[in-house]
Formats: sequence, structure tokens, C-alpha cells
Amino acid sequence: MTDTPLPPDAPIEVKDPSRLRLALDSDFFYTFKRSPVAVVSFSVVSIMVLAAVFAPWIAPHDPFNPGSLNLMNGFSAPMEPNAFTGDIFWLGTDDQGRDVFSTILYGMRISLFVGAAAVAFAMVLGVTLGLLAGYVGGWTETIIMRIADVQLTFPAILVAMLIFGVAKGITPVEYRDQMAIWVLILAIGLSDWVQFARVVRGATLVEKNKEYVQAARLIGRTSPAIMLRHILPNVLSPVLVIATISLALAIIAEATLSFLGVGAPPTQPSLGTLIRIGQGFLFSGEWWILLFPAVTLLTLALSVNLLGDWLRDALNPRLR
Amino acid sequence: MTGPILSIRNLTVEIPTRHGILRPVDGISYDIGRGEILGIVGESGAGKSMAGNAVIDLLSPPAHIAGGEIWVNGTRIDQLKGDAMRRLRGKEIGMVFQDPLTSLNPLLRIGDQLTETILAHLPLSRAQAKDRAIKALDEVGIPGATERINSYPHEFSGGMRQRVVIALALCAEPSLIIADEPTTALDVSVQAQIIALLKALCRNRGTAVMLITHDMGVIAEAADRVAVMYAGKLAELGAVRDVLGAPRHPYTDGLMGSTPLASRGKARLHQIPGAMPALDNLPQGCAFHPRCPYAQSICKTQMPTLADGDGAACFFPLPHTAEVA
Amino acid sequence: MLAFVIQRVAQSVLVLLVVGLVAFSMFRFVGDPIDNMLGQERTQADIDRLRTTLGLDQPFVVQYVKFLGGAVQGNFGVSYRQGRPVSDILMERAPATLELAAVSGFLAISIGIGLGVFTAIRRDGWAANTIMSLSLIGVSLPTFLIGILLIYLFSVELGWLPSFGRGDTVRIGGWTTGFLTESGLKALILPSITLGLYQMTLIMRLVRSEMLEVLRQDYIRFARARGLRDRAVNFRHALKNTLVPVITVTGLQLGSIIAFAIITETVFQWPGVGLLFINAIQFVDIPVMAAYLMLISVMFVGINLIVDLLYFSIDPRLRADRTKAH
Repeated sequence: MTDTPLPPDAPIEVKDPSRLRLALDSDFFYTFKRSPVAVVSFSVVSIMVLAAVFAPWIAPHDPFNPGSLNLMNGFSAPMEPNAFTGDIFWLGTDDQGRDVFSTILYGMRISLFVGAAAVAFAMVLGVTLGLLAGYVGGWTETIIMRIADVQLTFPAILVAMLIFGVAKGITPVEYRDQMAIWVLILAIGLSDWVQFARVVRGATLVEKNKEYVQAARLIGRTSPAIMLRHILPNVLSPVLVIATISLALAIIAEATLSFLGVGAPPTQPSLGTLIRIGQGFLFSGEWWILLFPAVTLLTLALSVNLLGDWLRDALNPRLR
Repeated sequence: MTGPILSIRNLTVEIPTRHGILRPVDGISYDIGRGEILGIVGESGAGKSMAGNAVIDLLSPPAHIAGGEIWVNGTRIDQLKGDAMRRLRGKEIGMVFQDPLTSLNPLLRIGDQLTETILAHLPLSRAQAKDRAIKALDEVGIPGATERINSYPHEFSGGMRQRVVIALALCAEPSLIIADEPTTALDVSVQAQIIALLKALCRNRGTAVMLITHDMGVIAEAADRVAVMYAGKLAELGAVRDVLGAPRHPYTDGLMGSTPLASRGKARLHQIPGAMPALDNLPQGCAFHPRCPYAQSICKTQMPTLADGDGAACFFPLPHTAEVA
Repeated sequence: MLAFVIQRVAQSVLVLLVVGLVAFSMFRFVGDPIDNMLGQERTQADIDRLRTTLGLDQPFVVQYVKFLGGAVQGNFGVSYRQGRPVSDILMERAPATLELAAVSGFLAISIGIGLGVFTAIRRDGWAANTIMSLSLIGVSLPTFLIGILLIYLFSVELGWLPSFGRGDTVRIGGWTTGFLTESGLKALILPSITLGLYQMTLIMRLVRSEMLEVLRQDYIRFARARGLRDRAVNFRHALKNTLVPVITVTGLQLGSIIAFAIITETVFQWPGVGLLFINAIQFVDIPVMAAYLMLISVMFVGINLIVDLLYFSIDPRLRADRTKAH
């Protein structure tokens, strides 16, 4: 990751500098700067996302290319030269001689991808259904919110497990490993839409009766246009908060499912899969195979959570 | 007893913010005597409620008393903390809030809320406290007090709830009541009843009342004296008859002109041009000068002061002879 | 009151019927039980015989009604994997999970509410801030990591407590309990902390935020203005109002404890229904999955019903149809 420094007279790539100025001067940015927790957690999340995205370029080894693996390197302790080959691995290696640092980078890639995709799926589904329920009302609302109520009775992780189990049952055996990641996204996403739907519906019910929506209706705006252009922007800040907190939950959910052996397959290990593998070496003393993925997962989940927590406080002026 | 019940000297309340320190109450002084009702009037944001909250030490942080003195019955209370201040609340100083719908705990019977207040301040047995609670409800005109004591707040109408709130404020017989917009949230038809009740109870007991309102009608109806607040300062202070009959501060005059009073007949309502300045953006000199029809150059540079006692904080108090205007 | 209860019970039955339909659909359409139960070397005669035995040749509605009828009597068919009646397996496993869940739930509720109240009242104190920071770690720490951490510390390093299993159990009637033996109690410590910690953190954070919300209300300011003691304001006025919303969520949390037991049981190889369920998912053992789903829904629905009734007894506004006076 080398940055080419910008020449001093390089044009700033913002079309509307006044808008940037506005953003930098805003209360939101001010409270962000003032909160060390927010700055640190945002930085940590950004670094981890970048590391995950650029994993193939950063990782010293490709843990999934059997040609690059040397079984002799197995069980190397962190920072110590391997007894047979003399190679040094920052975070050690596992039983197969895979570099733990590289597997973590790739694992983070899977974890973040599944988490982000699941939240995006849940968000689109939940916001759409929430808007519909709140705006259209009637039977549409009753059916959507009944389903939400019933689903809310069950913990998300259980719903995800069930969906995963059913999907696994439907998928032909030979495709199960290939489909596992997508099934995971589907399962976690479907287990998490209710939060979005409930909040958006509530906000829509409030916004719907405000004068500006009535006015928009009077001048003949169509319902979809009113929902998207007028109501949606007003419910975005709670959605953003829920999305951030959901991301932390989704990452943990994915790790949990993978840890339980009903998530990402060993061929595409996520952080949870790595921890599952590492647990096997807990009693034999190879602590690093477990510890480093666990610390990574914790750091990731904690940073996203802290960010979400801060965001909720910052966007909720009542608590300020 | 001689001397005022409440005496406020140079009271200043400050709120530190990122834009600097705001002073929602800035050096105000007034007294309230025994059995006297002092109306505090002004636009929202003028610092009326803030001053009331300061007296009973219920300012929400970061707002705090930054200067001045508050005396109640000859004791200085602005520096009291913790339990010493708690003992005064309810016992010496009662408070009535604006919205009776939210002032009562929805999960507790009103009788329990009354007795807990009585027991917190008076050395009575539970049974005696209950008798007293019934008496208190009776006094504020709740029919069937003996049974109603077991009701929950949601079983009362808004006006009845405000009566309960008044009973709660008065049940330990405080010598001062702070009534913060006590009728604003009520139906117009009920407002007059509540004001009459408050007035009668306080007259009978000799309770001093700080009646905070934005409604000149309420002041005319109930108060003996009135303090007009503008942007954290006292603009005018005096007997209701004097201030309302012949306002000396142009702001009071403007307020009177914009209030529909039956006694004024069908004269047109006036409005004061502009709006009260924000606290973080006060003009130099008299805070009212940008809106004042009589402002002179001195008003833009110097701050007029209120002489100790009654009068108006104005360099050119009304009535004006023709050549000044 | 009675109308309310009837309405809630009716809703609960409806939820159970829907869940039953989901469970049955899984049963009927997911995977082919024949495939699962018979090996590669099967004959058409084997298949036909099994199909008739399992009732798979009958119409859908008949099968659903039969399934429901069986479910009501606790009959969920035969596990594809173990070849034994699912109800027998569940009965065997249930005590382990219920005992674990009860201990964890008790820990989570009592400590969670206590700490939540404390952190709300001492809002800006260092102790409250420390607890809040730790709680965020608690929320971010997946249950399985807590379990592994505890095992590493107390079993591997210190060797104080067992890392897996239930210890010795005593059989009382059809129930096996670990409460009566020393090894049983010891074995319960780590799993119940693991399972309870996350719920405790959630309950604590919820109680804190609800309580802060309540403390901002007018009636709390009014209670202070009346000169009530802090203790009375915080516990008599604020806590009671806080508990109304907290009870609902706590009820749901108790449900999650049973679900999260799956994770804890896997980490500690605790022989409960959760471990059974996760194995069932891995091997696509549909009857076990369906039965577990039904069992857990009955529990959730039961808990929700109790929560509604509690709600009712705390909040007078919901109680009785007394006419609004005046």
C-alpha cells in the first residue's frame, strides 16, 4: 500500500467545496472529532476492511494454494524460526503449515463479506417492507408485521440456523460447500430484517401524517415517489444506526455458525471456522492457532459495536 | 414574620456550550412576600422557567447557578447541596409543572404519591399521612377524595390531574410555590378554575407564589406584582395594576399591545417586529434595542439597569412626551 | 382481563400452528428421508415399505393433521440418524438444557438488573463507566469465545473446573439432575456463566438506557421537586417504570437463553437438546430439527404469555376496563 503523494497544486477532488466545508463544520463531524472512541474505532474498522479487501496482495502466503504449503512448517510458533525449515512466521502456522496471519486476512475477508452482504440484504428487505407496511397500511401492514412479530419471538441466531439447516437440506450434497457462503448470507439476512422493518414502519407512520407529505400528495406525487423521495430520507439515520449495530451482530452470527460447523466450510474458512479449528489445539499447547483469529474477531466486532454505539448517541440529539 | 419569603439577588444561570457560555438568566433580582403572587412573564426562552428551576435546584446540567444569591425565609439556599436541599423541596418550596399528564407517576396510586411526599417531610404515622392526603385532595376540589385516593393518574381528566399536582405541591405546606406555566397545557375552560384555585389556596395559607407564564391574561387575573423578562434580564418590575395599566418599558408595552384583553375593547392587536435574539447572539447594549421603536444611540452601546425595586430597565421609559419619540 | 388472556392464548395457538406448518414442511419437503435412512444399496421394495411406514404416500393435508396430532402427543417420528423415537431422545436431553438455562437465566436477570440500575444512577461515575466499557466487550465477545476463554483459564491453566460434560447426575423419576452432586455443580459453573454473560450484558444495557429515559421524565423531576429521597425517586418511581419495557425484552432474552444454549452446549459438550439440534443440522436429521423447533416454540410462546400477564399486573393503565372518571 504505497501512496503517491499529491502534488501541492493538485485539484481537490470534491465538486462542491462548500459542501465539504459544510460537512467538516457540522455538529456531527465535530462530535466525531471530539470522541476518541469514535475516531479509534472508525480507524480500526477502516484498516481491517482495507486489509481484508487487499488480502491477496498483503498476505505473505496464499493459504489455499497447496503448492505453496510446506507441511514441514506445521506448528511453527509465532516469531520463532521453524525447527526444520528455519522460516519465520509472524503469527505462527497451523498443523498444515499454513501461515496464521495469511489465513486471518483471508478469514476476515469472508467474515466481512458475509456480514456486510447479510446486513445489506436485511436492510433492503426490511426497509422496503417497513415502508410498505407503514405507508400502505391495511392488510399489507397486518401480514408484514405479524410475520415480523412471530419471527421476533425467535432469536435471530436460531432462525439463521434453521434457515441454514433447511437450505442445506435442499441443496444437493455436491454443491453444499460451494453454496455455503451464499446460504449463510441468506440465513443471517433473513434473520435480521425485522429490526429495520419495525423502525422504518414506525417512522413512516409518523412522517406520513406530516404536512410536507400531505402537500406532496396534493400536488400529485405518486406513492412510490413519496416513499422514496420524501419519507425514506427522513428515516435514514435510525437505519444507519441499526445497520452498524447489525453489522457487528452479523459478523458475530457468522462466526458463531461457522464455529458450530454449520457455516463457512473449511475450504473457505471465516474467522469462526479458524477458531473452530484452533479450539482443537487448545489442550496441546498451540495457543496461537486459536488466539490470533479470536483476537481479530473480537477487535472487529468490538470496533463496529463501538462505532454503532457512538453513532446512536450522536444521531440521537435527546441524549446529547 | 417580616421580610420576604423569597429573595433573589443578582441571580445568574450559565450554560457552557461549544459556542461559549450562555446566560439564560443574567443578574435578576426580586422579592416575593408572604401571600403574594409574583407573575413572571416573557416569551419562551426569556429565562422564566430557568429562574424557577434555579430556585428549587432542579437545573438540568450543564446549566448551573453561576452567581447571585437566593434566600428563602431568611436562609441562603443557593449553596445548599444534597440532602439539605432535598429537605427544602416540597417542605419550603413546592413546585407545579406545566403538564399534569406527565407530572404524575402513571404506575402509582395518587394516594401513595401524596403520602410518600407527606411522610418525607412531616413526622406523621402512615394513617395520619393518609388522612392528610385525603384532606389535601378535598381542598383542591376533588370530589369523593376518600375513594379517589386509590385511583391511578390515568383515571383523572387533565384539569383534575392538575388539581392533584397542586395538592402534591401543597401537601407539606411549603411557604413558596413555583408554578411553571400551570395552565398552559389545559383546556381554556379549565384554565380559569385552576388559576382561581391556586390563588385561593395561597391566599388562605399565606403562601408566596412565583407564577411563571407567557400569558398576560393569567397575570392580570391572578398576580399582585409582575416581573417582565426579556433575554435573561428583567425588563420591568412592579405592581400588576401599574405595569399593565401603564407600562414603562417599550417591551412590556409591546407585549400588552399584542395581548387580547377584554378590557381593551376592539382595539387592533399590535405585534412586536422581529424576534427575541438567540442567547448566543445577543446585541450590544440593551438586548431589546433592535426591536424597539424608541431606540437611541445610547441603547446600542450601554446596558440600561433596573433600579433596586420597581421600575423599568430602559433609558427612555414610557410615557414619552411627543418630542422624544 | 379474561378477554385479554383469551386473546393472547388464541394468538399463541396461532403462532404454534404456523410454526407447526413450517416444521412439517421441513419434514415433508426438505431432503428425502428415504435417502437419509437407507444406504446406497437399497431396493425399490425397501423404499416402498419405508414410504408406507412413514406415511409419505398419503395426501399433504392428511400428513399435516397426522403430524400435528402426533406433535400434540409428543410424537415426532424417528430420528433419521439414531433410528430411535425423537421424543425419547428429547426427554433424555431436556433436563440438562433446562437446568443450565435456569441457572444462567437467574444470573443474567439478577445481576443484569442490578448493574443496569447502578450504572444509570451513577451515570458519570468511574465505576459505572468502567462497567459500561466492559459490557461493550461483553456484547462484542461471541458466546463461544467466552466459553473457550473460560475453559482455557479455569480448566487448562488452573485445572479447577471440568471443561466438558455434566459431571455426575442423579436420577429422580424421569429427570436427571446435576444439582445434587459436587461434580454436577462444578460442571455447571463455566457453562452457566458462558450462557448467562451475554444476556446479562444485554439486560444491563437495556435497564440502563430505559432507566435513563425514565429519569428524564417530568414525573421524576416532580418527585424530586417534592423533596423525595433519592432512594425513593430511583427505586420507587424510576425502577418500576423502567421494568415495564424491560420485562418484555427480558422475556425474549430468556427465550434466547434456550437458543444460545446450542452454542454453550457445543463448546462444553453439554449433553442437552442444543447439542442434539446442532448435530441434527449437520446431518440434516429433519425429525429432530422439527421437534426441536416445536419444543422451543412452545417454550417461547409460554414465556411470552407469562410476560404479557406480568406486564398487565404492573401497569394499571392496561388493567380493567374501569370507566375514565370525569
